[in-house]
Amino acid sequence: MDHARKYATEGGPPTLRVRDLSIEFSRRQGPLRVVDGVSLDVWPGEIVGVIGESGSGKTLTSLAALRMLPKRARIASGSLHLRTTSILGLGDREMRALRGDRIALIPQDAMQSLNPTLRIGRQVGEPLELHSGFSIRRAAKAAVRLLDSVHIRDPQARVREYPHQFSGGMQQRAMIAMGLALEPDLIIADEPTTALDVTVQAQVLTLLKEIRDTKGTSILFITHDLGVVAQLCDWVYVMREGRIVEEGSIERIFTAPKAEYTRMLLAATPSIHAPLRRARP
Amino acid sequence: MIAAFSRFDLHRWRLVMVGGAIIGAILICAIFAPAVAPYSPFDLDVASMLQGPSGAHPLGTDELGRDVLSRTIYAAQISMKVAFIAAGVGLVFGTLIGVVAAYFGGWVDLVLMRFMELLFSFPAILLAVVLMASLGTSIFNAMIAIGIVFIPGFSRLARAATEVVLREQYVEAARAVGMSHGRIIFREILPNILAPLLVEAAVAFSYAILLESALSFLGLGAQPPDPSWGNMLSTGRGFMSQAPWLSIVPGMAIFLSVLGFNFIGDGLRDVLDPHLRD
Repeated sequence: MDHARKYATEGGPPTLRVRDLSIEFSRRQGPLRVVDGVSLDVWPGEIVGVIGESGSGKTLTSLAALRMLPKRARIASGSLHLRTTSILGLGDREMRALRGDRIALIPQDAMQSLNPTLRIGRQVGEPLELHSGFSIRRAAKAAVRLLDSVHIRDPQARVREYPHQFSGGMQQRAMIAMGLALEPDLIIADEPTTALDVTVQAQVLTLLKEIRDTKGTSILFITHDLGVVAQLCDWVYVMREGRIVEEGSIERIFTAPKAEYTRMLLAATPSIHAPLRRARP
Repeated sequence: MIAAFSRFDLHRWRLVMVGGAIIGAILICAIFAPAVAPYSPFDLDVASMLQGPSGAHPLGTDELGRDVLSRTIYAAQISMKVAFIAAGVGLVFGTLIGVVAAYFGGWVDLVLMRFMELLFSFPAILLAVVLMASLGTSIFNAMIAIGIVFIPGFSRLARAATEVVLREQYVEAARAVGMSHGRIIFREILPNILAPLLVEAAVAFSYAILLESALSFLGLGAQPPDPSWGNMLSTGRGFMSQAPWLSIVPGMAIFLSVLGFNFIGDGLRDVLDPHLRD
């Protein structure tokens, strides 16, 4: 018996609704379907995990929500809605207006995602310059407040530093601060903790939870790490080879997985209670 | 790149500084020519023509009795002006074309780069001569012609560097916060491809000086009586046995300025190359 989906709201639309999404790569031998009929919902204030191994299509699914697929990939069928806005129906200019404003992306590797030639403050305040017409000076002030909100100490001085002067955890928090600038409806976090060590990982996860609790932001969390999902998510989709093989509440997935693949994933995670066993495909 | 400037390291910058000192000295001579030069470059003194170095004329006089030192100093004005403007034209337009080609890709890339290859297929001096012939001979046209010669090199370099930067996640992150194409090009890409372009620019300076001298030597650049190292060499050629200093002095000036710019280029390459750091 599955737990009820407690964030699902009666009547109102979900923050993100994906229906029958298929994504294909063009090849000489004909198209290669890498995401096949994926449907998922992210409700207001909900943290949804999408878990799967590399190549399962989880990142492509999330990039489709920003319409930032690689050049050779295209959406073959399906629909994506942000609240009531159809993402696939928007023009390029409208799509740009939506990115960073209503959907924010927190990428995997923060160091690689910050421009090495610009000061942190300038980059964190950038969404405000782009979307809210802030002057450089006002955006800089806002950047101090944003860094403070992600618990970076001495933000006044830190905004004037360059990315390479930040530690990995601070870079990731700066990226989160940038994502929060315009209080988006949805944050897509693509393996944001993979490059971090475990203690810093825990701090970033706590921060994401705090953002959800204080601002009611929906978070779509892409990961291959079951441990992270267990700590953070309310609802989980398990993906394999471009399809969703199972969905359910975090408690149910961990206590009574239905799909064979989910059981295998769980078995592959080392536990301090069970002896180590080799996972069989 | 930022790290390269964070701590000044004399040892690593020494080549740039030697080159900078040479070019700095030439620039000062060019800018303050009226104060530095002992005579006007146009003053004729038929009584003392083709004289060797002396107290009154440290580097001798030419076939019309003009002071060679003064003419060489004034010629630096033309050479430096040509070097900076021609390299600037090449840098600005070449970079723009290369970045746009790489960023938009597809047919934009195809058309722009094929055109660049077309320009590239002519030998530089031939292209410059052809352009001068169609534009008319003047020093301004020489700058434009030499600048056009540089465009394909800069565009190829900028395109390759942009291709690398485009794969960086910060460009994707910039798209994810909703930046426009122009903003991504000027804020995210240009600052990050600057290092190799600066090195290329230093090389272009030295090459521009050589090309300008060659064009003036052929009578296509600076027109007499305006002094330029190229046309001084050209007239000096006729007096090689009687007055070798007429050729040696402008030749040395060309040599020194090319050497200076090459030192700057090589030094910058080493300073900016992360692989050679520490």
